[in-house]
Amino acid sequence: MRVTLTIALSGLLAMPAYAAQFDVDVQIPQLKVAEYHRPYVAVWIEGADSKAVADLAVWYQDKDTKEGHGTKWLPDLRQWWRRSGRTLDLPVDGVTGPTRPAGKHALGFDSTDPRLAKLAPGSYTLVVEAVREVGGRELLKIPFTWPATAPQSGKAQGKTELGAVALAIKP
Amino acid sequence: MKRFLPSTMAPAIAVALALAAALPITAFAHKAWLMPSQTVIAGENPWITVDAAVSNDLFYFNHVPLRLDNLAVIAPDGSKVETQNAATGKYRSVFDLELTQPGTYRIGITSHNLTGRWEQDGKPRRWRGTAATFASEVPKDAKNLEVGESISRVETFVTNGSPNDTALKPDGIGLELVPVTHPNDLFAGEQATFRFQIDGKPAAGLDIEIVRGGTRYRNAQDEIKATTDANGEFSVTWPEAGMYWLDASALDDKVSMPQAKQRRLGYVATLEVLPQ
Repeated sequence: MRVTLTIALSGLLAMPAYAAQFDVDVQIPQLKVAEYHRPYVAVWIEGADSKAVADLAVWYQDKDTKEGHGTKWLPDLRQWWRRSGRTLDLPVDGVTGPTRPAGKHALGFDSTDPRLAKLAPGSYTLVVEAVREVGGRELLKIPFTWPATAPQSGKAQGKTELGAVALAIKP
Repeated sequence: MKRFLPSTMAPAIAVALALAAALPITAFAHKAWLMPSQTVIAGENPWITVDAAVSNDLFYFNHVPLRLDNLAVIAPDGSKVETQNAATGKYRSVFDLELTQPGTYRIGITSHNLTGRWEQDGKPRRWRGTAATFASEVPKDAKNLEVGESISRVETFVTNGSPNDTALKPDGIGLELVPVTHPNDLFAGEQATFRFQIDGKPAAGLDIEIVRGGTRYRNAQDEIKATTDANGEFSVTWPEAGMYWLDASALDDKVSMPQAKQRRLGYVATLEVLPQ
């Protein structure tokens, strides 16, 4: 009942004055391959013109290895690199981090996060791109509108480098 | 690096090889190219390596190496930087480059040559050099002397991090590509625009040929043809991802020494088109 009421209220007010939840689930599939490396993953928000407006997460090999520093392969996240990565001074606090193992990874944000707070009202796309050393590359998109006046949810199912990706917005 | 100094005393084979490798590319049926190991790279001082060769099929080194005598690398800040581990083998030259700055590097081999042909004691003689060596190396009374001039450029572009335009500024000499679309920002299915200029002025009506690599594995060149407009510009929509060889040539009479009759201008670029 309380949830219903909240939705009704937010619908009336149009602009909720309190924090909306923006939850992203990213599943990295378990792969049976001879040589496995954790994928590089980028999660970002694109505007209607395909320009990146917010980087939510980037997981990469952020340490030196005997094969050189992991940033060398960041351009393999081709779309993210073009839309955002190449203009960044890496690492970025609160965005970049080490690669993650297979499994489901929950990323939680709320509307007070400066990356979401600065978004002008409009249509956006959540983009998740994954690329794996000696493996493949996959990119999934989930559209949404911002700010959320009603709960929104979206799903995309990866076939190779990504599993299920889900977006849930609770105003 | 030292200029390549020809010797009329050198064995005929060496001369022929050198001519095929370094003379105006478009005068021969072969294609000259530079092939970088990566065109888009990131990080602290990453390295790339580059192959340089002349061949019929793209991009396989199976004919003659492209000589590195006139190799120049322009860094993102516009300065000239040195390459390392340069070597020339039977079929290709190779060198390494450390990308110590973020931005776009222009890697190019620019040859400015004068060539002469004449007869001596009933035998054909050839000469190649500069205006300065012409007087001392070509006899004053050379019979049926023909002198030609050529300026050819073979280029490629590599970007460390975010692309910039400083190294792309043209020299204003010969035939040059002036990117409108950045050469390291090319994507399949998207249109790119480039401008050609000769001695700094728009080269209108220039025929452009573009061939995607991997010709060994298909039955046709599948070349893309374009012609520059009044501003010297042309556009191409990349049909698919891959390494592309872009070629243009022109002939004029803007020679730098009176003995030469015409000037041959050539331009080649290797461009990488990325998938979406």
